[in-house]
Amino acid sequence: MPEIRVTPLGAGQDVGRSCILVSIAGKNVMLDCGMHMGFSDDRRFPDFSYITRSGRLTDFLDCVIISHFHLDHCGALPYFSEMVGYDGPIYMTQPTQAICPILLEDYRKIAVDKKGEANFFTSQMIKDCMKKVVAVHLHQTVQVDDELEIKAYYAGHVLGAAMFQIKVGSESVVYTGDYNMTPDRHLGAAWIDKCRPNLLITESTYATTIRDSKRCRERDFLKKELCILLETFWERMDLKAPIYFSTGLTEKANHYYKLFIPWTNQKIRKTFVQRNMFEFKHIKAFDRAFADSPGPMVVFATPGMLHAGQSLQIFRKWAGNEKNMVIMPGYCVQGTVGHKILSGQRKLEMEGRQVLEVKMQVEYMSFSAHADAKGIMQLVGQAEPENVLLVHGEAKKMEFLKQKIEQEFRVSCYMPANGETVTLPTSPSIPVGISLGLLKREMAQGLLPDAKKPRLLHGTLIMKDSNLRLVSSEQALKELGLAEHQLRFTCRVHLHDTRKEQEAAARVYSHLKSVLKDHCVQHLPDGSVTVESILIQAAAHSEDPGTKVLLVSWTYQDEELGSYLTSLLKKGLPQAS
Amino acid sequence: MKLYCLSGHPTLPCNVLKFKSTTIMLDCGLDMTSTLNFLPLPLVQSPRLSNLPGWSLKDGNAFLDKELKECSGHVFVDSVPEFCLPETELIDLSTVDVILISNYHCMMALPYITEHTGFTGTVYATEPTVQIGRLLMEELVNFIERVPKAQSASLWKNKDIQRLLPSPLKDAVEVSTWRRCYTMQEVNSALSKIQLVGYSQKIELFGAVQVTPLSSGYALGSSNWIIQSHYEKVSYVSGSSLLTTHPQPMDQASLKNSDVLILTGLTQIPTANPDGMVGEFCSNLALTVRNGGNVLVPCYPSGVIYDLLECLYQYIDSAGLSSIPFYFISPVANSSLEFSQIFAEWLCHNKQTKVYLPEPPFPHAELIQTNKLKHYPSIHGDFSNDFRQPCVVFTGHPSLRFGDVVHFMELWGKSSLNTVIFTEPDFSYLEALAPYQPLAMKCIYCPIDTRLNFIQVSKLLKEVQPLHVVCPEQYAQPPPAQSHRMDLMIDCQPPAMSYRRAEVLALPFKRRYEKIEIMPELADSLVPMEIKPGVSLATVSAVLHTKDNKHVLQPPPRPAQPTGGKKRKRASDDIPDCKVLKPLLSGSIPVEQFVQTLEKHGFSDIKVEDTAKGHIVLLQEAETLIQIEEDSTHIICDNDEMLRVRLRDLVLKFLQKF
Repeated sequence: MPEIRVTPLGAGQDVGRSCILVSIAGKNVMLDCGMHMGFSDDRRFPDFSYITRSGRLTDFLDCVIISHFHLDHCGALPYFSEMVGYDGPIYMTQPTQAICPILLEDYRKIAVDKKGEANFFTSQMIKDCMKKVVAVHLHQTVQVDDELEIKAYYAGHVLGAAMFQIKVGSESVVYTGDYNMTPDRHLGAAWIDKCRPNLLITESTYATTIRDSKRCRERDFLKKELCILLETFWERMDLKAPIYFSTGLTEKANHYYKLFIPWTNQKIRKTFVQRNMFEFKHIKAFDRAFADSPGPMVVFATPGMLHAGQSLQIFRKWAGNEKNMVIMPGYCVQGTVGHKILSGQRKLEMEGRQVLEVKMQVEYMSFSAHADAKGIMQLVGQAEPENVLLVHGEAKKMEFLKQKIEQEFRVSCYMPANGETVTLPTSPSIPVGISLGLLKREMAQGLLPDAKKPRLLHGTLIMKDSNLRLVSSEQALKELGLAEHQLRFTCRVHLHDTRKEQEAAARVYSHLKSVLKDHCVQHLPDGSVTVESILIQAAAHSEDPGTKVLLVSWTYQDEELGSYLTSLLKKGLPQAS
Repeated sequence: MKLYCLSGHPTLPCNVLKFKSTTIMLDCGLDMTSTLNFLPLPLVQSPRLSNLPGWSLKDGNAFLDKELKECSGHVFVDSVPEFCLPETELIDLSTVDVILISNYHCMMALPYITEHTGFTGTVYATEPTVQIGRLLMEELVNFIERVPKAQSASLWKNKDIQRLLPSPLKDAVEVSTWRRCYTMQEVNSALSKIQLVGYSQKIELFGAVQVTPLSSGYALGSSNWIIQSHYEKVSYVSGSSLLTTHPQPMDQASLKNSDVLILTGLTQIPTANPDGMVGEFCSNLALTVRNGGNVLVPCYPSGVIYDLLECLYQYIDSAGLSSIPFYFISPVANSSLEFSQIFAEWLCHNKQTKVYLPEPPFPHAELIQTNKLKHYPSIHGDFSNDFRQPCVVFTGHPSLRFGDVVHFMELWGKSSLNTVIFTEPDFSYLEALAPYQPLAMKCIYCPIDTRLNFIQVSKLLKEVQPLHVVCPEQYAQPPPAQSHRMDLMIDCQPPAMSYRRAEVLALPFKRRYEKIEIMPELADSLVPMEIKPGVSLATVSAVLHTKDNKHVLQPPPRPAQPTGGKKRKRASDDIPDCKVLKPLLSGSIPVEQFVQTLEKHGFSDIKVEDTAKGHIVLLQEAETLIQIEEDSTHIICDNDEMLRVRLRDLVLKFLQKF
C-alpha cells in the first residue's frame, strides 16, 4: 500500500528549528533546516542522524526545500550540508537565496566571534552551502527528477517566503512554511489554488489567536512597516528624537526589498516608480557608540527575541532605567531573554553569573506576520487537503486548532511531536493511455438515452515496461500478433411440430419477435432466423417426423443471449391461435 | 487540429490554434508598418510639413489633395495614423478561450481583440511582459493623443480610388480594416484580463490541455509556449534569442519531442550580426559627437536600449565622451528604467547575481546617479531647461511618425553634422525617413535584432527534432530581394508547412491515445498475465466516467444479489443486455491434453477423429461433437445447458481472454 510518511525533526509541537521529513511515493524530501533560538547546545540543530546513521545524507534525500530566510527555518543549513554532508539540491526562492547567507553569516558571527563557540560552521561553509541552492520562481514547476516535482506559492510572511507543493504522480503534499493570510503594508496575502493535496502541513504559531482586523491593521506590521509608520508619525508630530537602525543588516534588507519589488504587495508594486516606500528620511543607521549618548532615541535592533547580538547588548545597557521601554515585536521562543521578560521575570541571570535587574517597561505587540486561526482555516479551505498536519506551534494551541479543523472540514488532523512519524496510506489512481478509438466508441455509446445505466467498458490493458495502454481486445490481439480463437456453440432444441421446417421457423420468428422487443430479430430468405448475430435453423428430425430440430448457434461473445435463447425455446412455442 | 493565421507579419504574429477542445490565440501582434504611409505628427507646429503640396492624379484631378500630401516624390496620408489589425473575420474571436502572449512586442493588438470582439477568455503572460507591454501601449497612446489631429482621412481607402494611387499606398492590404489607436481606458481594460504566469508554470485549460511558458531569451519575460495534452505536443516558438544579452537564456530542452513546432519571430535582418552592429553604433555615435554633432537614436522605451546603455556605460569613458549628455525621452522613460531593475528573476545569470550583493542589475542606475544619463517624459518642461548640445537623444517612436523623435528630426535634419542611427529593425529606415527628405543629416543603419537567424534555427531544429514545422510563408523561401540566398530560409525535413494571412492550416496530427485514470480499487482487481517476456496483459471491464475532460475507470457495480423469497421476475426481465461483451479468446487447444481433461472430469467413451484442419472429439453417450481447429472450437450438443457450460469452461481453460 503506498503511503506518505511525515516525521518532524524540529517544529513538532514546538516553535523553532523547523525541519520536517516527508516521504512520498518513494521520494524523501526535507522541508526547512532551521535552528532553535532557545538552545545553544546540540539541541539547537535538528538531529540529522535520524535520517541515516552511517550513509551519506545525499543518498537518502532527494531534495531539501527552504521556505524562507528566517533562521528557525534555514539556520542549520550550512551545518547540515557542509558538516554532516549533503550534496543534493536545495530549493528556495530568489529573495531567500539573496538574504539567507547574510543572516547565516550574522548568526555565525554572534555564535563564534561573540560567544566564542568552537566547531561551528565557517563563512566558507556558508558559501559552499549556498552553491547547492537552486532558485525557484513562484508557480514554476520544478522537476527535481523524472517523477518528483515541486512548485512554490506566495506565502506573504517575509520577503521571498513561499509555500511549497511536493508532488509525485497524483500524490502531493503542501508545506506552508510561515505564512500570512492578510495583506500588510508591504507584503501581499498568501494564496494557493485548489490543489487538493493528500496532506497539508501548516504552521500554527498563532493557532488560538484571532486578530481583529481593524485594530491589527495599524498594529500588525513588520520592521519595514514600522519604519513607514514612524516616518509618517514623526513628520506629523514633528518629533526630533532620532530613529536608528541597529545594524547594516536592516539597511541592506531594505535594498533587497527595493530590488525584489515584484514580491511585495499590489500597492507598492504599482507606485514604486513614483515613490519608493523603502527610502526613509528620519531613519538613520545606528552606531554602537550612540547607545550611550544622552537624550531619547528609538533603536531598532535585531534579533527580535533578545537571545544574542546587538539587541541584547543594548537591552543590557538600558534595562536598569524605568524610563526606557522595550517592545517585543513577535513570538519569543522558550529559553530566550525575550521569553523570560515577557513572562514577567525581572531578574535575569546572564552569562558569567551576572544578574541583570530589569526595570524598564516591557511591552509585547504581535507584529510578526503569521497566519492566525482564521487564516489557517482559510488556507485549509483554499487548498482542500485530505489531511492536515500541524507544526510550528505549541502543543496546547495545536490541540485547539486540530479540533476546529476536524470539525469544520471533516478531515483528519495530526500534530506529531519531534521524532514521531505520521503515516498516511494513499491510494493513487493509475494513469494509463487509452486508445482513442476505444474511448470514442465508448463515449459515443455513453450518449445514448439510457446513459444513466452505468455501462461497462471492455478492453485489454497492455503492460510493457512501465508503459500502460488500454486498447480494444481486437487491437491487443493484433498488436501481439495473435489470432482470435473462435468458440462456437450449436445446440439442438427439439420442438414438437408436425408441420414443415419453414413453418416451424416462421413460428419461432414470430415468437421471438414478440418476446425480444429490444433485439434485432430477422427472418432471412433462406428460412433461418437471426437474433442479433445468433443463428437459428429448423431441420427435420431424422427419426421422428413429429419433431423438428432447432439448431441454435452462437459464439462465445454472445454467450448470455445464446444461453437465454436455448432455455426460452426449450419451453416450447405458444400454440398458434 | 487547425491553425488560423490572422497576421501576415512574421515577427508580429497572431494565430489561433484549435487544439483538442480548446481555442487558443497565440500572440496578438499589431502591424504598425501601416503608419509609414502617414505624415508624421509634429509636437511643435512644423511649417515644412503643413506646407507640403496636395497630391493630384495624373490627369490633374486634385480631389484628394486634402487627404494626400506629396513629399520628395512620395505620397502620404495626412491623417491620424492607423494600424493594420489582425484578421477578425476568419474565425469568431468570441470563441477564443485563452490568449498566450510571448513577448511585449507581440501584444500590441490586445485591446482591439479583447475589447471589440466579444472575447471573454483569459490572457496569459509573464509579469515583465505585462508591465513593459503596458509601458509600450501607454507610450503609443500618449504619442498619438497629445497631438490631436482633426483630420481622419478615409476617401483614399475607397477600393476604386486606392487603385489609382502610387505605390506603396496602392498595394497596402486591407486598408478598410485599419484602425486608429486605442485609448488608455481600453488598454487598462485589456490588461485587466491578463493572468500572470511564471516560466515552467503548468497551466491547465479545461482539464484537456496544459500550456507552459518557457524562457525564450529575447526580452525581459519573453516566452515560448508549450501546448500539450498527454499524447500531443505543440511548441510555439516566437521571438527567441540564443545571444547572451540581458534576459534569461532560452530554454531549448523543453521544446523536444514536439509533434508540431510553430516557428515565428525570427530576426528581420538575417544578414546582420548584432554584435557588429553594436560596435558600429558606438563608433558612429562617438564620431558624430566628437565633430560637434548630435546623435538621434529612434527607439522603443524598453528592450535593446538597456543593452545599448550598458555598452555606452563601458564605452563612454574610453571614448572620451564623459562630458556628453545622454537624454532618454519618453513618457515612460522613468518607469522603464525602474522596472528593468526589479525583474531580477527574469534576467541572465550575471545580472541575477548582482542583486545578491545587493546591487541594481543594470549599470544604467549608475549612469543616472552620475548624471550622465537623464530621462524626461517629453521635450516640454524640464528638458528644455537642461538641454545642451552636442548630445545623444534616445527617443521614440522608431517609425518616425509620432513621438518626440519627430521634433528632433525636424530640428536636426538640416545639418550634416548630426546623425540619426537606426537600431530598431521593425521599420524600413528609408521609408521611415521619406517624409523628411531632403535631409542633410547623416543616416546610419545599425539594426540590432537578436532573434534567431536561419543558421541558429537549423541548429535548433536538429536539436529538438519536431515532427513537423509550421512557419510564415516568408521563412519558407529566400527573401524576394535575395532569391539566390537559399541559406536564408528554413531548411528542414519534412519541409516546413507555411502559412499566409487569412489562411487556415490543418495540422498533421495523428491522435491515437488519451489519458485515462484507473481507480485504485479497479487496479487491485486486475489480473495481469505475462504473454511475452516483459509484456503483460489484463482484461479490463470497468465503468467509464468522464467529467471536465478527464476520464476515469471505476470498478463495475457488483451484480445485485438475487433477493430470496420474492416473487420470481418474469422471463422478459431476464433478457440479457447484448451490449455486455464477452472478451475475445486466443490460443489453441491441444487435443490430447483436452481429452485427458475431459476424462478427468468424468467423460467416458471419447472418440477422436482427425480431420483436414484439426480434430473432432466425440462424446458418444452425450451425442456431443467438438470440432477443434487451430483458431476455432465448435461445440455441438443437445440442449443440455449443464453439459454445455461444463464443456465450455473446460475449453476456456486452454484459451486466453482479451
